[in-house]
Amino acid sequence: MAELLVWPALIAYGEAAVAYAGGLRGVGRFGRLGIWGVRVGWLAQTALLVAQAATSDGFPWGTWAGALNLLSWLVVTGYLAWGSNPRYRLLGLGVMPVAATLLVLAWAGGGTGVHASDGGGWTLDVHVGLMLAAFASFTVAAAVAGLYLFEERRLKRRDAGLLRLRLPSLEALDRLAARIALVGLALLSAGILVGLTRLRAADVDVAMTVTILIWALYVAALVLRREVGLRGRRLAWSLVAGFTLVAFVLPLTHFAS
Amino acid sequence: MKLALAGVSHHTASVELRERVAIDGASTSALARELARSSEGRHEAVVLSACNRTELYLASRDGDVAEAADRALLALAGADASALAPVAYRLADESAALHLFRVAAGLDSLVPGEGEILGQVRDAYETGAPGPLLDRTFRMALHAGRRARLETAIGESPASVPAAAAALAQQVFDRLEARRVVLVGAGRTSELTARNLRSRGATVTAVVNRTFDRAERLAASLGARALALEDVRDALADADVVVCSTSAAGFVLTAEALAPALRARRGRPVLFVDLAVPRDVDPALAAVDGCFVYDVDDLEAVVSASLEGRRAEAVAAERIVAAEADRFRAWQASLAVVPAIASLRALAEEIRSSELARVEARLPESEREVVETVTAQIVNKLLHLPTIRMKEAAVTPDGLVYADVVRHLFGLGEEGET
Repeated sequence: MAELLVWPALIAYGEAAVAYAGGLRGVGRFGRLGIWGVRVGWLAQTALLVAQAATSDGFPWGTWAGALNLLSWLVVTGYLAWGSNPRYRLLGLGVMPVAATLLVLAWAGGGTGVHASDGGGWTLDVHVGLMLAAFASFTVAAAVAGLYLFEERRLKRRDAGLLRLRLPSLEALDRLAARIALVGLALLSAGILVGLTRLRAADVDVAMTVTILIWALYVAALVLRREVGLRGRRLAWSLVAGFTLVAFVLPLTHFAS
Repeated sequence: MKLALAGVSHHTASVELRERVAIDGASTSALARELARSSEGRHEAVVLSACNRTELYLASRDGDVAEAADRALLALAGADASALAPVAYRLADESAALHLFRVAAGLDSLVPGEGEILGQVRDAYETGAPGPLLDRTFRMALHAGRRARLETAIGESPASVPAAAAALAQQVFDRLEARRVVLVGAGRTSELTARNLRSRGATVTAVVNRTFDRAERLAASLGARALALEDVRDALADADVVVCSTSAAGFVLTAEALAPALRARRGRPVLFVDLAVPRDVDPALAAVDGCFVYDVDDLEAVVSASLEGRRAEAVAAERIVAAEADRFRAWQASLAVVPAIASLRALAEEIRSSELARVEARLPESEREVVETVTAQIVNKLLHLPTIRMKEAAVTPDGLVYADVVRHLFGLGEEGET
């Protein structure tokens, strides 16, 4: 029965994504509908994850579909940290379609079922957990960067309605995106270190190579921000590029390896 | 209870007439107290005098206050009383309260939702001579005003070009503390913009002007340094916001001339507010990464859109005011049944006490307190529901009938007649 919790979560996430699109028109009611959709969906998905954890002997999200389920939850959790602030609600327009898509893929791959599963050892569990938390951070950072690009475009175009649909300031978005990316980088570094303890030479594959590439990209972006002032639009595009690698390249290489 | 309002505002009277009846804070307080004193304490009075209105609120438990309010307003106009009389408005009871609620919410202001009026209403209330009715009415009005601003965005958007420029700066930089502002040109609008930015925490570092004396004067009042127009590039190196308002015929700031200064900023954004006509800032600067350029037309468009937004929010604010007016109506209606409730409770208590007195002597000391408590509880429980029902019925058209029926059934107020 607990498997059915995926449906209220999916419906609520979908409703939130649609409501946030309506929120672009600056009507407060849509934003409120959106955030309530996220909250309801998050509660349903949390209950699903708890049920999965309760019936599993080991780490229940070790499969690719299970990992997407947990990743989706982590992304929404990260969003909820800021999404309750009305000015940040529109962030949901970037985050919720991604979260809903991840959950649909998880469901299609059987990652939302509740059944006993064997663990793969605690180091693998920690490794997977850290990597997923890092990817969730990069997803939220990319959404914040997307909001920066949207707001910067409005300012550049001297949009007369700029102050009617109030978003966070450019400085606030720039700072927040960099901080979330830094958290993601710390988690990714820890995840890679834990993964190295299990690594054998024969295990090296495309997924690992791309993961190192992602790590290098975020290190470069954050170091350049600090040292030569890579900020604003250029930092935002770097974070979007990093997310593109995470979102598309890594899953593909996982299946290929 | 009677409530009356007599007043003039920008809706009804010209500025010349409004000037005649405008009074300062100390005088409003004195007038309110004088109005209360002259009625031997029977009247409550509050006087509200703001830029666009002068209003006298009078209330009394007995007697008509409308005429007194009207007379006092016309007396303020002195010789112009005859000119004022046709443009003054007179409202009573619920209409007067609803008007006050709208005023407090900024819905009756020239710019919907303007922030100062709520404070002015509060000052009038605190320095006036309110009694039970005006005290409650003004507290409800202040509550309605606060709700309108908290629950809608009616007061959020800027309503002037200087305020719009400052709001845009916040949209780029978030908090303006530690942000540096440079004025190029010392015009009136740029000064107002600078003061608006300063009020939000920004620091004006330099005033650059062709006429050095004028630059010095303005710089001194803003705590900045004065520079000649030739030194403008030095001033811009560390500026976050540049406000331009010179009368130069061509561009004062061009992309080529500012390129070294912008490179030195290492990606930090800069906002150019160009209030000059013809423009001072080369529009090509807008294409440079991190540069945001707004001319006076852009700012006026932002203000216009903001005012449109305020008007849209005013619809939601009107709903809040209407809800608060309903609460006021319910409270005022409940006053009508209060005497009946009080008489009923007094009668019950009288019966209880007299019956208790008859048997008290026969009761042992230890049981007297118990009987006292039990009988009091019985009376309270019996009267609780009728009290609630009468208060609920008070807001309906039959409210007073309920009170009359209770008086008739229990013979309230008949003792004196028999």
